[in-house]
Amino acid sequence: MIGDSIARLEDRPLLTGRAIFVADISLPGQLSMRVLRSPIASGEITSIDTTAARAMDGVVAVWTGRDLDLPPIAFRQVSFEQMLPYRQPVLAKDRVRYVGEPIAIIVAENAYIAEDAEELISVDIDPLEPTMDATGQLGEFAPGLDTEALQFEFEYGALDEAFVQHTRHVEVKVRIGRHSGVPMECRGGVADFNPGTGVLTVYGAAKVPHYNRDAIASMLGMSPSRVIFKEQHVGGGFGIRGELYPEDVLLAWASRELGRPISWIEDRREHLVAANHSRDQFHILKAAVDDSGYIHGLADEFWLDQGAYVRTHAATVPTLTATMLPGPYVIPAYRVRGHVRLTNKTPAGTYRAPGRYEGTFARERLIDAIAQELDLDPMDVRERNFIRSEQMPYSRPLEALGTAIEYDSGDYSLLVKRAEDQWKLSEVEREVAERRSRGELVGIGRAFFVEKSGLGPFEGVRVTVDESGRIDVLTGGASVGQGFSTVMAQICGDVLSVDPSLIDVRHGQTDAFPYGMGAFASRLTVMAGTAVHQAATLVKEKAFTTVASLLEASVNDLELVNGAVQVKGSPDTAIDLGRVATALRPVTARKLGLEPGLGAEDWFFSDHMNYPYGYHIALVSIDPELGSPKVERYWIAYDIGKAVNPMLVEGQIVGGAAQGLGGALLESFEYDEHGQPLCTTFMDYMLPTVAEMPPVEVLITEDAPSPLNPLGLKGAGEGGTTAFGAAIASAVDAAIPGTRVSSLPISPEQVRGMLALMEKRNADTGGHR
Amino acid sequence: MSNPRESITLNVNGSNYDIDVEPRRSLADALREDCHLTGTRLGCEHGVCGACTVLMNDDPVRACLVLAVQAQGQAVRTVEGLSVGSEPLHPVQQAFWEHHALQCGFCTAGFLMLATSIVESDNVPTDQELTDVLASNLCRCTGYQNIKKAVCSAIEATRK
Repeated sequence: MIGDSIARLEDRPLLTGRAIFVADISLPGQLSMRVLRSPIASGEITSIDTTAARAMDGVVAVWTGRDLDLPPIAFRQVSFEQMLPYRQPVLAKDRVRYVGEPIAIIVAENAYIAEDAEELISVDIDPLEPTMDATGQLGEFAPGLDTEALQFEFEYGALDEAFVQHTRHVEVKVRIGRHSGVPMECRGGVADFNPGTGVLTVYGAAKVPHYNRDAIASMLGMSPSRVIFKEQHVGGGFGIRGELYPEDVLLAWASRELGRPISWIEDRREHLVAANHSRDQFHILKAAVDDSGYIHGLADEFWLDQGAYVRTHAATVPTLTATMLPGPYVIPAYRVRGHVRLTNKTPAGTYRAPGRYEGTFARERLIDAIAQELDLDPMDVRERNFIRSEQMPYSRPLEALGTAIEYDSGDYSLLVKRAEDQWKLSEVEREVAERRSRGELVGIGRAFFVEKSGLGPFEGVRVTVDESGRIDVLTGGASVGQGFSTVMAQICGDVLSVDPSLIDVRHGQTDAFPYGMGAFASRLTVMAGTAVHQAATLVKEKAFTTVASLLEASVNDLELVNGAVQVKGSPDTAIDLGRVATALRPVTARKLGLEPGLGAEDWFFSDHMNYPYGYHIALVSIDPELGSPKVERYWIAYDIGKAVNPMLVEGQIVGGAAQGLGGALLESFEYDEHGQPLCTTFMDYMLPTVAEMPPVEVLITEDAPSPLNPLGLKGAGEGGTTAFGAAIASAVDAAIPGTRVSSLPISPEQVRGMLALMEKRNADTGGHR
Repeated sequence: MSNPRESITLNVNGSNYDIDVEPRRSLADALREDCHLTGTRLGCEHGVCGACTVLMNDDPVRACLVLAVQAQGQAVRTVEGLSVGSEPLHPVQQAFWEHHALQCGFCTAGFLMLATSIVESDNVPTDQELTDVLASNLCRCTGYQNIKKAVCSAIEATRK
């Protein structure tokens, strides 16, 4: 069962239109909330007149920043004290810092009225000069505070000596654009404060329901047990959904003020200017190498455009960037300095493969540059620098997300070899060489990376068998649409020899299970999956103990076959799990000397992340007229230790690849010099469609199971995305010889510039391509 | 409230719904809130993502760009009409399930209706034609590969 590509258990309601997403919730007396947002990137609010809006028929309440007294939104992870002054207020009071910043909320009988009323509010803002460049001069954020929220430096090894000793230095300067997750479902919520019971129920929870319950309780001064977060179907996460945003706090607060259920469903324009942006980094990366291409020292300095405030992720993205940047290579000495800069753009947070998409692009660009400057094959440079399998587990004296970086297992060279064998890449190379000799602009690019997954510290699960034999797997996990239920059911079914269709998995309900860390960092298959494995094993043991009593047999003589316990080799003694559960009703269980019920709860703890790794290969051709790169084929090899459901793993990888492609070629949040966002619809923030997607071939390997959990699991959520930008850039370089891509997304303008450079070089040398 | 409303009848999946709507009300909102058919989902409300695709007289339309009053007298079909209750899944739904052509499922109804219009048409599309048609909807989870496979498989299944 583990290892089988079964079709998903959660699909039927989604296929038949019966799934309940948060916008589908309609409670009696439910109102609608609308957020009035700043139209100015930077300025002082001089007045807000809400009189006309308040007077409108159907409007229940209008509030501005002066009407409420709530703390700014706290950091969820990787907090640095010096970043605290840069947190976002839930409503702007005197100062606005980005187009889209909440200024007022309107609560009305329905969404149409709320939007009409929004137009009746007049806001006067004195504009200030916006800061739109994260790499330039520091500006003033507030009196006494400049626009650098954090500068940090991490270092190990004798870096300066390495640069003195090895005089061959290679430098790249690279930029990664401003992208984000942009799930198909916009954000939303329904908050329902019941004045009778004093309980606040929030529907539409995602990603980190337990954390957000506690955060909302704290901000509103309520007991956590009086706040319930309930997850519905969730229309995609990708890191950005489910973080605690101003709107979530406003919604809960307003419902408590009014004692009525209130719905807030954002529109797409709001989403593109208000939900977290991500990426947007500029790196200067320098290596000291020897003639073989071995990197003796690596120095990086980078700037991250955090946007207008520091949100819940605090320093998550910059620190992950810094500490994961060395990737699969030994790098005996390393120094990284990161600058987190405030600008007047939408604030930023994590997006699938946060820090790794950026760092992998920078590092693999450097590897290609080293190869070019030393006239070596880039794959030889990679091999030369790989951490060898015999060096595993490999510690790098750095920390990520509060855990020491120790690569648990891996054989990077083997994965390269497997990919070459599987896809006969040398033959593809030959075909490409032949096309090039005919004058086509076509090339192959490669990139290698290490991911991280399975972030702890804990996840808990309760497994219960009912008297019909159906199994309830109650978890503290969350689902953002990635197939969580099927994977948990497969692991549980594997232990209890029960068909997964008889297993129901519950998640994201804070009143049903008290603790949960959430759905991020490719952690749940590892953490919750292992907890399911443990709890199901306890259930099996209890079933054996029970049946041993009933049959007066020894536990050691029993086996579990097709969901029934029997004496080994004697199907006629079989007692199915439902009947075992019946035998464990309170009164009979007491007679057997057992706790009532066939169920068990267990917890899995882990202090370390584990580290899957992958290899991306791209075949790209260039249209010389349009300058547009076309990805003709794409290959991804990924070692994840153990695939519970290979079809779902492949789904994660190919889906991740589409997001990687978006960031490499299409997606970019652009602004004009006044700080006006230019990408506020799907016509100007371009998600890939089926027409841009190449066929993606996937090789899932299990050569390096994680020694950190009994099933050997590693996470698979992000590796389809991580190296996409790096591999495409490398392929475009190969297609246009003598040029080098240095920024993402690779626009047709950039390519046309590269083509012009190539033509000029050819003319200068009298050669031809 | 103060805006005038019109009484209209929408024919959806063969049933008539008598509803009162403002003239500005979109078909999507009318389906979701007045007919309580929430399977049609809104992803952008400006006609690009295609999540709200429904069939009107068998042609795919964006329910966010059609006004409810315009849909009066037309035969509207939504995802809820593809298979009812415990009926077996429609071949398009079945193919999406088997080929893992959905993850979060938010864009799925739109893709299913678009795919239904393809399998019901008289032409068997070429690969390029299929790409062109499917490029009218957005999905952020799957990378489209399995959606395309599912639609091909549904076309085959319904031609047998």
